[in-house]
Amino acid sequence: MAQTAKTKTTTKAGAKVKTGAKAKTAATDPKQLKLTPAQIEAFGKEMDALRERVLDDLGKQDVDYIRKVMDAQRGLEIGGRGLLFLSFIPPAWIAGTIALSLSKILDNMEIGHNVMHGQYDWTHEPSLSSERFEWDNTCPAEHWRYSHNYRHHTLTNVLGEDRDIGYGILRMSEDQPWHPYYLGNALYAFLLMTFFEYGVALHDLEVEKIVAGETTFADNREKLDRIWKKVRKQALKDYLLFPALSGPMFPLVFAGNFTANIARNVWAFMIIFCGHFPEGTEEFTREQIENETRGQWYHRQILGSANLTGGKLFHILTGNLSHQIEHHLFPDLPAHRYADIAVEVREACARYGIPYNAGPLHKQFGSVVKKIIRLSLP
Amino acid sequence: MGVFSVASAPLKLGKRVATSRLVESLVTPNPIERYVELFDPGWARDDVRAEIVAVVHQTSRSVTLTLRPNANWRGFSAGQHVGVGVRVDGVLHTRMYSPASSALRDDGLIELTVSEHSGGTVSRHLIQNARRGMVVPLTQAEGEFVLPSPRPGSVLLISGGSGITPVMSMLRTLCDENDQRPITFLHYARTPADQLYAEVLDELAENHGNLRVLTAFTRAPGGNVNGRFSMRHLKAAGVGPGCETFACGPGSLVEAVESVWSKHAIKTPLHVERFTPPPPVKITAKPRGKLLFARSGLAVKNSGESILTQAEAAGLRPTSGCRMGICHTCIVRVDAGSVRHLHTGEVKDVAGETVQICVNAPVGDVAIEL
Ligand SMILES: Cc1cc2nc3c(=O)[nH]c(=O)nc-3n(C[C@H](O)[C@H](O)[C@H](O)COP(=O)(O)OP(=O)(O)OC[C@H]3O[C@@H](n4cnc5c(N)ncnc54)[C@H](O)[C@@H]3O)c2cc1C
Ligand code: FES
Repeated sequence: MAQTAKTKTTTKAGAKVKTGAKAKTAATDPKQLKLTPAQIEAFGKEMDALRERVLDDLGKQDVDYIRKVMDAQRGLEIGGRGLLFLSFIPPAWIAGTIALSLSKILDNMEIGHNVMHGQYDWTHEPSLSSERFEWDNTCPAEHWRYSHNYRHHTLTNVLGEDRDIGYGILRMSEDQPWHPYYLGNALYAFLLMTFFEYGVALHDLEVEKIVAGETTFADNREKLDRIWKKVRKQALKDYLLFPALSGPMFPLVFAGNFTANIARNVWAFMIIFCGHFPEGTEEFTREQIENETRGQWYHRQILGSANLTGGKLFHILTGNLSHQIEHHLFPDLPAHRYADIAVEVREACARYGIPYNAGPLHKQFGSVVKKIIRLSLP
Repeated sequence: MGVFSVASAPLKLGKRVATSRLVESLVTPNPIERYVELFDPGWARDDVRAEIVAVVHQTSRSVTLTLRPNANWRGFSAGQHVGVGVRVDGVLHTRMYSPASSALRDDGLIELTVSEHSGGTVSRHLIQNARRGMVVPLTQAEGEFVLPSPRPGSVLLISGGSGITPVMSMLRTLCDENDQRPITFLHYARTPADQLYAEVLDELAENHGNLRVLTAFTRAPGGNVNGRFSMRHLKAAGVGPGCETFACGPGSLVEAVESVWSKHAIKTPLHVERFTPPPPVKITAKPRGKLLFARSGLAVKNSGESILTQAEAAGLRPTSGCRMGICHTCIVRVDAGSVRHLHTGEVKDVAGETVQICVNAPVGDVAIEL
């Protein structure tokens, strides 16, 4: 990136690239992060080759994998809802709520997010088609594919373009001018976390533009209608029909479903915010991405993303967004491949001296929280 | 249309429940099939699916499958084809197969005979791996290669190799109708070992005095007539006035039949079906312009080939089925530009319309939703 000097970063030198050992630590200091254009293109070529290799290898094992996850999700959903019908036994309520939370997490993250990215479109299976898939949350899949697949993935961490930066309500970067409104940054973040699915649903409406008078609610009529339809369907199922079917257990089933939705919201918020906002990730400006080459694009994706370390089950529950860097490099490769891909990406980053931001959840989320609080003040 | 057993009362009730508003609201946003498939993978609300109930190898290079379609199947007319979805190494491929069974079969089952195409993905997979109990997606039957009603005065059925299937269905249907009008069945196989339905044909000829079966072998001695199709063979088979002819087989056979018809100015109607596309119309003009894939943001120089081929060469993987303009699996919306139909040569401005990308090539600049 020729314009690294302009890049905003809060990297503490040496925090990341472990593989690179001492000799490479200097490279994580942005001031010295001067890859030549030729190096960046060479790096891009390596990433392209890696992608080709994985594409050529796609096959039955990938379908078997996602089917297994879908089977597990369905089992958890049926089991969870079944147990909640026995809510008069307290352990059944707890187990049912946990199972349903896990079902929603799997549905949204490892299945929904990844299928809707088109990671399985090559199978030509209608049930794995990005066009057809609809997930168990209030955001219409169609909207998400635009705001997420296009805006967020192509314009990653570009201020004013990537609306995942603060979802239009938070201050997530020093470059966003401060306003007394942001004194509530932490409170808004907490509310966004709790009701994340609604935040995501309204995301595409660009409410802040409506507030600013740039667009009106009437302009967004169609989008609003679709959101409202989806919200209604989700609410009907979780807050009326299933509770009603359980008869006297109505309040308990209601509470179980509500808890599962919140649990999924909190989890998704944590994972997603850890993907781009921990200490060390960078934001970019519009000028920086003009005439960007393929190599520069790859480079930006890595600088703007951060990974979470953990075990296999943890990765699955994050929808493999724990491999956020690999996901941003190759958003349409099946996510369960990222763990293997990461080994090569990390090695290449070490060779080129590109910082590779990875850490455990508590550390990364801790730094996100710190950032949110710090940015509530000028 | 074929007769098939009407779903029994409990099945109907099951379907009513499974498709009710309440159940739909409970399983939202998932399709109900996602849960029903736990008990019955062949069931679907609207889609046709079929269970393979028998697998027989008539020859070493073919497999004959008997399928039980679910209640959404609307039956077929003898001579039509269905799209069958087959999963090979994780990818769902759709290929057309013409049922060879009688359209009047009262158990509602359909029989497909798949012959090997050397290097073919689906045919080889089915020959090796088709098993009883497998469930495959089907499309409804389609196709204009059908017997007219009322039935013609006499019928001549000509087929070669794997092309025997649609005319076999016509023959079996006519026999089931107990039609007494003359039928001649002229079939070409490479060798006796390659001949499909030999026993079935013998048996039908024995039971139906109005049926005459002629076989020819193109790579072995024997048979009722010798070598490849010619006027001589047609004379042996005979086409009287009021006869309608149905021919299906490899391109070379179909073309031989067509050329005999035109050379000898034969007046009785000829219907043909091909399993492989006819040779493309010769285009002399050099391809011009750019093909823009609007969704993926890629642009390529128009090579003059089908949009499907060009998209695949660019690394995209659009859905396709027959790849010859029959199944409509490959339709995509064109944002701007004109296309040429590769079979007819016709050029049309199709901005805002959908086209079958397997049989259309860009003419000048074209932007397409891929
Ligand atoms: C209306 C209709 C009815 C039909 N009915 C029947 C039927 O009843 N029975 C039947 O057996 N078939 C029937 N077919 C043909 C059938 O649909 C398939 O085309 C056939 O089974 C071959 O499919 P495949 O997947 O095995 O071959 P494909 O993989 O599609 O390949 C087809 C041919 O192309 C060649 N090929 C593949 N890839 C390449 C490549 N990269 N480069 C060069 N050549 C290549 C293969 O060698 C093969 O010969 C019908 C077709 C139509 C259109
Ligand atoms: S692939 Fe069948 S019509 Fe194009």
